[in-house]
Amino acid sequence: MPYNCVVCVKQVPDTANVTVEAMKSDGTVNRAALPAVFNPEDLNALEAALRVRDTHGGTVTVVSMGPLGAAEVLRECLFRGADRCILLNDRRAAGSDTLATSYILSRAVKKLGACDFVFCGRQAIDGDTAQVGPQLAEKLGLPQVTYYERILDLTDRKVLIRRNMGDGWEVVETELPLLVTVLDTANKPRPPAARRVLRHKRAKAPGEVAREVQDAMPDATSQEREVEEASRIEKLKMQGLLIEQWGLDEVEADLAWCGISGSPTKVHRIQSIVLTKEGFTNVPPTQEGVRDLIHELIVDHTFG
Amino acid sequence: MIEPNRQGDVWVFAEHEDGNLSEVSLELCGKARELADRLGVSTAAVLPGRDLDGVTKPLISHGADKVYRVQDPRLEHYRTLPYARVMCRLIDKHKPQIVLYGATPLGRDLAPRVASEMRAGLTADCTDLDIGDYEDKGAGTKHSNLLLQIRPAFGGNIIATIVNHDRWPQMATVREGVMFLGEGDDKRTGEIVNETIVFEDVDEIVRVIERHREPRTVNLKGARAIVAGGAGVGSKDDFGLIHDLAGAIGGAVGASRAAVDAGLVGKEHQVGQTGTTVRPALYIACGISGAVQHRAGMEESAKIIAVNSDPEAPILSVAHYGIVGDLRTVIPMMIKSIKERA
Ligand SMILES: Cc1cc2nc3c(=O)[nH]c(=O)nc-3n(C[C@H](O)[C@H](O)[C@H](O)COP(=O)(O)OP(=O)(O)OC[C@H]3O[C@@H](n4cnc5c(N)ncnc54)[C@H](O)[C@@H]3O)c2cc1C
Repeated sequence: MPYNCVVCVKQVPDTANVTVEAMKSDGTVNRAALPAVFNPEDLNALEAALRVRDTHGGTVTVVSMGPLGAAEVLRECLFRGADRCILLNDRRAAGSDTLATSYILSRAVKKLGACDFVFCGRQAIDGDTAQVGPQLAEKLGLPQVTYYERILDLTDRKVLIRRNMGDGWEVVETELPLLVTVLDTANKPRPPAARRVLRHKRAKAPGEVAREVQDAMPDATSQEREVEEASRIEKLKMQGLLIEQWGLDEVEADLAWCGISGSPTKVHRIQSIVLTKEGFTNVPPTQEGVRDLIHELIVDHTFG
Repeated sequence: MIEPNRQGDVWVFAEHEDGNLSEVSLELCGKARELADRLGVSTAAVLPGRDLDGVTKPLISHGADKVYRVQDPRLEHYRTLPYARVMCRLIDKHKPQIVLYGATPLGRDLAPRVASEMRAGLTADCTDLDIGDYEDKGAGTKHSNLLLQIRPAFGGNIIATIVNHDRWPQMATVREGVMFLGEGDDKRTGEIVNETIVFEDVDEIVRVIERHREPRTVNLKGARAIVAGGAGVGSKDDFGLIHDLAGAIGGAVGASRAAVDAGLVGKEHQVGQTGTTVRPALYIACGISGAVQHRAGMEESAKIIAVNSDPEAPILSVAHYGIVGDLRTVIPMMIKSIKERA
């Protein structure tokens, strides 16, 4: 039987190269100052969903909340085989903590209608919190299976899943619909398919079309631009190349639960890592130097 | 969510499996005690499970004033939904001001589910907790005696302090091994409160068919001394030196991620942000540069010795003793000196 899968993905700053300059004074991140990448475990989540669809039929719809630039990871999803992509983009969502984010995502998933699986990556490398998956499950009223490694059996509404907790594993049985959070060890994400890249590299979100028209027609009136935008968007839609773009109003989100005001956790302070240096002894790399050191450690009972 | 309740207790979720309490739960009982003393309130541990007699007392000896026990066959093994229901109903009933969980795979599954249902704030993976004040400049409000939830973020490049001043309880998961694990005081007394929770059918929807736990083969957290090797060790053969030195001092073998990635040693030896956090009496870092992600897992060690050929290596700035030289000659010298003494 076919299954409808929703995948939540995030574009993240590449945390391997972060500098303090990339932080704003309010403690939030200036994402523009960092290279943006596809959150690694979200690629595993996408792959898990694609495998369900490829085996059983159905659809894979990807949702990403983020700035316009996050359309890039959605295009990546199209290259890899996603059927439909939605960019959740709204200024009022900025500053959302994990609770507000999971609320907004839940509104979008609800708007998509009945689905069988929601796949999330276990965690995102910018925060490493692993909270959004379980929180989204709760908001959707779905059971959660975290640390998903693979499906052992899927028959009708019943699914058998192996999860890996690091210090052991578990096989659980449950019923759909269900949310899972996927580990990097779950699978090897497929590379973009050349044919799909050719076809989908022109896929765009309406916000990107607006920027494009702005650049192409700098002297046009806003009315002329709107007409041009509408016609380009319509064309993309006809070709199946439109990345849908929803704001908080489209998903009927209660603004009280969104953005900074909807976020119970507040950043109080940000410090960059400072090294401390106190009571340092430079030991010469000679047998005498080393012997004295060992002697000192034995005398003060550090060992021995 | 509950309203801020300044009289509320400081709670710890007590994690246990197969009759063993997780160490982090005991570490947190000690930390909760310290926080509660500063706030002038009591501490409590929440202990759901099937057979709880063996695991109750240590919570009290490590600092819990009260243990809320929920005994039910449905709670025999951890499952998200019944455990989340226990936490939410007890939070509703007793209105704690702080709830702490170990940042274990289990704690990181449970805490966000509870936070979402309670619509309360949650900070993941804290490495430190404190009590302090917070001024919300935007709103022009001041809040005193909040839980300061301190955690690395952005791959360990920054340390963020997070607060939650209005949607309580203030909740955090805390990394294993970062809080001090005390001896416990067997003479401490506490109150045992048995609670009953009404479950619903949906709580049973996920069934555990099979479970397997791997005993920790490398006991880094329990080691008094750790000898850790990094990419500078170079080869698997030379990594034998690390094992030899560890053997000579009766310590465990640790490693940097680069050493693990290079296949010099297994992943279970990795120390650091994405490995184990350790605080042994002695940590000897050999051929490890001291990237922030590595230091995050070891800088609380009581004594740190760094052996590195580069006098500018960052590890030297957290070390108490630095030996600038080639580990291939320095380690044999160390082993020799130890053997002479023995
Ligand atoms: C998100 C994230 C999480 C991470 N988590 C972790 C983690 O948990 N743990 C961790 O360790 N790393 C982690 N890292 C990786 C970390 O950034 C470093 O890359 C890693 O710690 C470097 O390992 P190293 O010090 O062994 O290697 P290098 O940085 O390559 O250092 C090798 C050192 O050996 C010295 N050396 C070379 N030859 C000799 C010799 N003959 N004798 C003596 N010294 C010699 C060199 O001077 C150098 O200082 C993480 C990175 C990221 C981005």
